[in-house]
Amino acid sequence: MAVLTAKPPVRRSPHPGAAHHPGAARRAVGRNLTAYGFLCGALICFAFFSWYPMIREIVLSFQENNFVDAPRWVGLDNFRTVVEDPAFRSAWLNTAAFTGLALVVGYAVPFVLAVVLNELRHAKAYLRFVVYLPVMLPPAVAVLLFKWFYDPGAGLFNQVLDGVGLPPLSWLDSTSTALISLVIVSTWMNLGTGTLIYLAALQSIPGDLYESAELDGAGLFRRLWHVTIPQTKLILLVMLLLQVVATMQVFIEPYLLTGGGPENATVTVAYLMYQYAFNFGDFGGGGALGLMLMIVLLVFSAFYLRVSREETR
Amino acid sequence: MRTLVSPLSLRSWHGRLIYWTVLVAVVIGFTIAFVFPLYWMVTGALKSPDELAQIPPSFFPTSYDFGVYADAWDQLQLGVFLRNTVLYAGGAWLFTLAVDVTAAYALSKLRPFFGKVILGAMLATLMIPPMVLLLPTYLVAKDVPIFGWDLLNTPWAIWLPAAANGFFVFLLKRFFDSIPRELLEAAEIDGASPLRILWSIVLPVSRPILGVVSILSVVTVWKDFVWPLLVLPETDKMSISVGIASLSAQMPQNVLIASLVIASLPTILVFFVFQRSIMAGLTAGSLKG
Repeated sequence: MAVLTAKPPVRRSPHPGAAHHPGAARRAVGRNLTAYGFLCGALICFAFFSWYPMIREIVLSFQENNFVDAPRWVGLDNFRTVVEDPAFRSAWLNTAAFTGLALVVGYAVPFVLAVVLNELRHAKAYLRFVVYLPVMLPPAVAVLLFKWFYDPGAGLFNQVLDGVGLPPLSWLDSTSTALISLVIVSTWMNLGTGTLIYLAALQSIPGDLYESAELDGAGLFRRLWHVTIPQTKLILLVMLLLQVVATMQVFIEPYLLTGGGPENATVTVAYLMYQYAFNFGDFGGGGALGLMLMIVLLVFSAFYLRVSREETR
Repeated sequence: MRTLVSPLSLRSWHGRLIYWTVLVAVVIGFTIAFVFPLYWMVTGALKSPDELAQIPPSFFPTSYDFGVYADAWDQLQLGVFLRNTVLYAGGAWLFTLAVDVTAAYALSKLRPFFGKVILGAMLATLMIPPMVLLLPTYLVAKDVPIFGWDLLNTPWAIWLPAAANGFFVFLLKRFFDSIPRELLEAAEIDGASPLRILWSIVLPVSRPILGVVSILSVVTVWKDFVWPLLVLPETDKMSISVGIASLSAQMPQNVLIASLVIASLPTILVFFVFQRSIMAGLTAGSLKG
């Protein structure tokens, strides 16, 4: 990929012969002192806001803490509380359904769009700009905009349905359409990222592969199947894993659009975690949910790590 | 460049017909899907509440009353929210650059003991999705261990976590690795200090990557919702996204839509100007690991 930042790391021998010179030890100490001086800002930020919270998350989920008295170790009590909550099952099912639906729509569509865009010789800059436009909107703005479109009375979507002679839908207010409405917003505002990443990947496919496939008599769809897809296989896999991890953390859509309703139809794990902590004041329960979500997502992250290692190899 | 469709088949009248049909369909489809909602937003703000509730809707507003933008600005105190967001995003940008550039330089060129371990620990944070650490990180911001500071409702609650970004350290380090050592050694022999070398040799050649990191960091903080929602609960301290969302229920529909337009202008303007860097950052992001 012709990207300025994608240069391969250059390996260099570390300080040839440095250890054999007199005063080398002193210089090494000096170099380390300077280096740690340069690193201290980052070390402090990471320690407080990345590394320590990982430990705190685990501690949190095994403690009862009202932030007045000293925290008490309660074993698996927090986990028991959240698992027995009727919303728990809904939250996981909804999160899985949301991720699945977002994959069905949001995974194949950007690839198809990228393949088509890659063939077009006109309006390229316009199309690329436009497809990424929703990604640039602050998510809260995009979500609130769609909340208005979903309005069952004079909202844009029901007006369009009415215009083509279809009956109106109740979108966010019905248990059967609420979750898919969330998926539509989420897909609309994230589609551009995938499309442009695939486009970059497609442009790095050497043209002679298509040419020789054609000489061998392969038609359009066989070239797509035997050249395009194998050549972009790794990026497709990487994006799949990234998308699963990203969509499983869904929060802003239920928070702003439905508040988890109607009847828990759109409550997600991240949203339930937020509710436990900030609406019920139960950080232990929230921590327990967070830890469960973390373990599930770590599985996907581990896959991602393996795949992307293979890619750089 | 040769792509999936053979250039030969595009030369026949039959091929050309298909090409132009697809092109027109894609242009119209993209415009409807991605531009029309924004058109509907901008014109929706100009319609009166009565006109907004009208069925069927009017395609063009019957009157152009730009006063609604002024109303939105005053009633939602958008000025305050925008100023706050500039402060948060700008400070986060400066902090991120100062902290991550020095760290990446130290790890790439000074190579201290345990440098690899530190880099590994920073990259490991990328494997943990931010959402699952929301509660413990919030608790840290509320009561910083050792120091006991309460960072809630202060810009520090945005700035400090924003700087702890493993991906930026990784991008910068990878770029610094590609700067030839000879360039730095010459300066070292002339007696330049590491800080001096960083400032006058490394940074000038690293402009492209600094641009990518700068824009990514500003845009990330600007678009963020959940974190500012938690750590900046006071109305006067809210960022623009959180502010509009929290006041949205009390606003007349057209005023709310006008505020959405105002809130989306800055990022869209940034996109107009820095399209190249933003798209470069996007593909760099997909190659991480």
